[in-house]
Amino acid sequence: MDCYTANWNPLGDSAFYRKYELYSMDWDLKEELRDCLVAAAPYGGPIALLRNPWRKEKAASVRPVLDIYSASGMPLASLLWKSGPVVSLGWSAEEELLCVQEDGAVLVYGLHGDFRRHFSMGNEVLQNRVLDARIFHTEFGSGVAILTGAHRFTLSANVGDLKLRRMPEVPGLQSAPSCWTALCQDRVAHILLAVGPDLYLLDHAACSAVTPPGLAPGVSSFLQMAVSFTYRHLALFTDTGYIWMGTASLKEKLCEFTCNIRAPPKQMVWCSRPRSKERAVVVAWERRLMVVGDAPESIQYKQLTIQVLLDRLVLRRLYPLAIQICEYLRLPEVQGVSRILAHWACYKVQQKDVSDEDVARAINQKLGDTPGVSYSDIAARAYGCGRTELAIKLLEYEPRSGEQVPLLLKMKRSKLALSKAIESGDTDLVFTVLLHLKNELNRGDFFMTLRNQPMALSLYRQFCKHQELETLKDLYNQDDNHQELGSFHIRASYAAEERIEGRVAALQTAADAFYKAKNEFAAKATEDQMRLLRLQRRLEDELGGQFLDLSLHDTVTTLILGSHNKRAEQLARDFRIPDKRLWWLKLTALADLEDWEELEKFSKSKKSPIGYLPFVEICMKQHNKYEAKKYASRVGPEQKVKALLLVGDVAQAADVAIEHRNEAELSLVLSHCTGATDGATADKIQRARAQAQKK
Amino acid sequence: MAFPHRPDAPELPDFSMLKRLARDQLIYLLEQQHEVDKLYKVENKPALSSNEQLCFLVRPRIKNMRYIASLVNADKLSGRTRKYKVIFSPQKFYACEMVLEEEGIYGDVSCDEWAFSLLPLDVDLLSMELPEFFRDYFLEGDQRWINTVAQALHLLSTLYGPFPNCYGIGRCAKMAYELWRNLEEEEDGETKSRRPEIGHIFLLDRDVDFVTALCSQVVYEGLVDDTFRIKCGSVDFGPEVTSSDKSLKVLLNAEDKVFNEIRNEHFSNVFGFLSQKARNLQAQYDRRRGMDIKQMKNFVSQELKGLKQEHRLLSLHIGACESIMKKKTKQDFQELIKTEHALLEGFNIRESTSYIEEHIDRQVSPIESLRLMCLLSITENGLIPKDYRSLKTQYLQSYGPEHLLTFSNLRRAGLLTEQAPGDTLTAVESKVSKLVTDKAAGKITDAFSSLAKRSNFRAISKKLNLIPRVDGEYDLKVPRDMAYVFSGAYVPLSCRIIEQVLERRSWQGLDEVVRLLNCSDFAFTDMTKEDKASSESLRLILVVFLGGCTFSEISALRFLGREKGYRFIFLTTAVTNSARLMEAMSEVKA
Repeated sequence: MDCYTANWNPLGDSAFYRKYELYSMDWDLKEELRDCLVAAAPYGGPIALLRNPWRKEKAASVRPVLDIYSASGMPLASLLWKSGPVVSLGWSAEEELLCVQEDGAVLVYGLHGDFRRHFSMGNEVLQNRVLDARIFHTEFGSGVAILTGAHRFTLSANVGDLKLRRMPEVPGLQSAPSCWTALCQDRVAHILLAVGPDLYLLDHAACSAVTPPGLAPGVSSFLQMAVSFTYRHLALFTDTGYIWMGTASLKEKLCEFTCNIRAPPKQMVWCSRPRSKERAVVVAWERRLMVVGDAPESIQYKQLTIQVLLDRLVLRRLYPLAIQICEYLRLPEVQGVSRILAHWACYKVQQKDVSDEDVARAINQKLGDTPGVSYSDIAARAYGCGRTELAIKLLEYEPRSGEQVPLLLKMKRSKLALSKAIESGDTDLVFTVLLHLKNELNRGDFFMTLRNQPMALSLYRQFCKHQELETLKDLYNQDDNHQELGSFHIRASYAAEERIEGRVAALQTAADAFYKAKNEFAAKATEDQMRLLRLQRRLEDELGGQFLDLSLHDTVTTLILGSHNKRAEQLARDFRIPDKRLWWLKLTALADLEDWEELEKFSKSKKSPIGYLPFVEICMKQHNKYEAKKYASRVGPEQKVKALLLVGDVAQAADVAIEHRNEAELSLVLSHCTGATDGATADKIQRARAQAQKK
Repeated sequence: MAFPHRPDAPELPDFSMLKRLARDQLIYLLEQQHEVDKLYKVENKPALSSNEQLCFLVRPRIKNMRYIASLVNADKLSGRTRKYKVIFSPQKFYACEMVLEEEGIYGDVSCDEWAFSLLPLDVDLLSMELPEFFRDYFLEGDQRWINTVAQALHLLSTLYGPFPNCYGIGRCAKMAYELWRNLEEEEDGETKSRRPEIGHIFLLDRDVDFVTALCSQVVYEGLVDDTFRIKCGSVDFGPEVTSSDKSLKVLLNAEDKVFNEIRNEHFSNVFGFLSQKARNLQAQYDRRRGMDIKQMKNFVSQELKGLKQEHRLLSLHIGACESIMKKKTKQDFQELIKTEHALLEGFNIRESTSYIEEHIDRQVSPIESLRLMCLLSITENGLIPKDYRSLKTQYLQSYGPEHLLTFSNLRRAGLLTEQAPGDTLTAVESKVSKLVTDKAAGKITDAFSSLAKRSNFRAISKKLNLIPRVDGEYDLKVPRDMAYVFSGAYVPLSCRIIEQVLERRSWQGLDEVVRLLNCSDFAFTDMTKEDKASSESLRLILVVFLGGCTFSEISALRFLGREKGYRFIFLTTAVTNSARLMEAMSEVKA
């Protein structure tokens, strides 16, 4: 290296350039590039070549071949073109190859020649055929602009979200424009086209004639135009050999140059050196290359982020390299390594020649339980490739059972999905699966499935209770669950039925079910209720008033309060009301009526089964001390003290307690000695106590 | 007299954060709806609002969906177009959306969720305010709320750090715990690296201890709840308490200085305390006499307001006490308590049974009668067949035949069952357990679950010493154990279990108790290294009651905390009491 400048050549007066080879292309091209449609992706992306695109001219048997190479010429894919004639090729920002056919259909391929999808540019294009097409990049994505045989433009600014826009007509345009380009300004895509000496700008609303500022006179035709990658700059080449360079907004001229070549150039593009502020236009003819420069400006480089870089590596299946980069950059696992492994796994499941077991094992071995890896996503991919069994195997590795459910449902493994949903503990998920099952299975099978899953069953029952009562009944029927069937009909007898006959019928069904359930108690109780209902209806008819839906106790009470004593007694006998209850009931009812005479008569009708203390209590509750005292005298010795205290006779209570020599009674009386007059009584008790202790 | 905290008691975590979070989220949700001009209660009535948009803030219940649907459909019929928004709290359920869809209005409403699951009722009490949890889970077997619980626990651990020690008992506790663990694992390790603020968490299913919840409450706060019903931390005191013609809504929490001193006290002490307090207050007022003008100025500006406030509270609580005494200290109440104690101790069963029968015959109260029947059943391992039949018959005659369904519910929940004759019980049990393992026998498990689950209360009580031996009178003023919350007659089972496990830091040595509780598969411990936990945080314990807890249990654990230098924090699906439990099981005519 004795002379650093040895390989630098002069360029004009003040600049030098040098040429050196970065790498050599690996490809082995037999055809000339001029016979191919060529598309190179931005940012050193892949290169697509379509050989023999003009099938029409050749023998029909020679089909075009689509080759895809990496930027360094490594073959990535090669396939026979079996569709229609292709007018234009281009790469989208996502490195998808867009092939625009003559009929306006656009076929989309992946980096590895895998067909992704296709879409059409519309009927107008189909009818008039595609004359020319451009793929361009905007901040929203990649767009396609079409020039049709009718010399109209149609474009879509983003093929990811296809919205076709037919541009307005250019007045007086009879033949194809001499050159045109898609422009993107203020987030809107335009078409700039040249017709003879005129330039037109098309947006979706209007067509307007435009003039570049400072354009040299004498131009009768524009032969070539070029926009910079950022759509900031525009270069125009005219039939006078004149080059105009300025802003794409056509508001400012940057420089101009006249060369001695008048022939239309094959290609004209903007270029720049990294970190240089100088921009230049390279114009190419058959055997000549010219660089026109000197346009200083500050430009912003659109930076490829690390994420995009990794995406591109993943797209090229360079997984180990991507992982090494992640590790080198110490990216968090979730963003880095896990993501790349997940991509790898999604690729792995597509290897059809490897058995399900091996793929699943290989994936699990590599991924283990790396955080951020979703086995269900990988399984979904496997299912997408038609490998259901593999998908199920992969799902087994998914630790969150809830995540397994949606795919299982999609694969029609609903019963497995149900178990997984139950495992997840997420009732909503269980419910989702249930409704799926309900539609998928016939009723019998559905119920059978529920039967083995108590958790799901109770969930579904809850829903049915509110929303599908008939289904609930069927569920119980299917299970021969007579107990619950009985309860179901009882509930129906209150809620659903208005008429007495209907209610009785519902109760009868309930009673039958209870018998089947061997629940004799419930069956008998239900039959009693039927009898009671009928009777209440009769009472309402005969006596008037409100009887329906009262309890047995309240029915009898109502009768007594209405002085229908005979009826009351009859009812008590019919329904075998126990004596104790009847006495309490009558006592309370008569006291409520303040029918003291009848009460006394009743108290003497036979020996009270509840004793006489309740009489004292109830009379006192009605504030009738006089009546209470009558009964206090009849209270048995065990409860005498309580009775006396109730009627307020503390002194006598004390006497009885002393007589009983009962300590508990003594202290009870003592606790009642609160009045001023009770002092003597209290003393008496204390004396009695002292005496008792002496003994 | 009231519980002063030990000087070394740990500080409580700041729960106001939960309120702020919930409030901000709701404001955010409502702001998306332009103006909210009036709030209506969701009930089955047409909405009278003439507004262009309606916003419903509801629990995710099918009933509510039907109401909304009827409203929207009525609007549609009358040709009216409005915007509808449904905000579900604490979360949306798929079943609700299904109903909206079936009613044909799914496209007309937009849905949102307000993840408000933890309401701080007090400095140490968080409630999920989900009273339906009890019936849904313990009766219907519906597990929908368990996820909600897990999410609430997850929220707590995000806010207050991980829990180094976890214990639990009960099937639901175990499920909630496992779901919660899954949630934690899915998250990044952020919470795990935090310093724990709360050292222990204890999850407990309500059905592990029904007995305590069924007892009459006699500590002040519990008694106020039983008598007046505390709702969302506040109570409506009627005219009989306020001694005016108006009702008054009173917040009951630690902010109320008077209440805070008596809330955990046995009722027999409360009145004395309040009158002492009244005398002190009077003395404070009396200091005015003989003050010079400057002192008086000071007094008025600095003390008078506080004194007046105290005066107001004092008169309210005295009023409440009088009202309670009127209702409860009658002979009836003493008899009732006596019967309960007899049931807990297991003597005079015949007498207690007759007492219950009389209770029913006299139609004292359907809920109370039911409660006593359940208490008898659980403490006795089920009623003997004769009593089972006759008590039920009497009950139906008194309170109406629809309660046939109530009994079916109670049986399913294991609250009111029939004793199987001695020997055959084990035979049935083994038969059932065989059937249970048979997959096709789902419904048989269902039908026999109450049978298979014996309460074993007597044996457990003996093992855990729940009935303290009393020599002489139990001094309720200076309680010596948690039994004071039931007048010294019974240590709440739930609290005793918690005490025992905390003492051992595990279930070790409690195998027999766990077996008797039918929880052999559902008692768990999970400890992590405690190196990050401060000694203070290790004395802070969060107790989670699934299915509700009572104020008596809260009081008992507050007492235990003071004795042992712990501090307890409570998280419950709802505050409950015996009446609420029974109402949840009752079937009433629609």
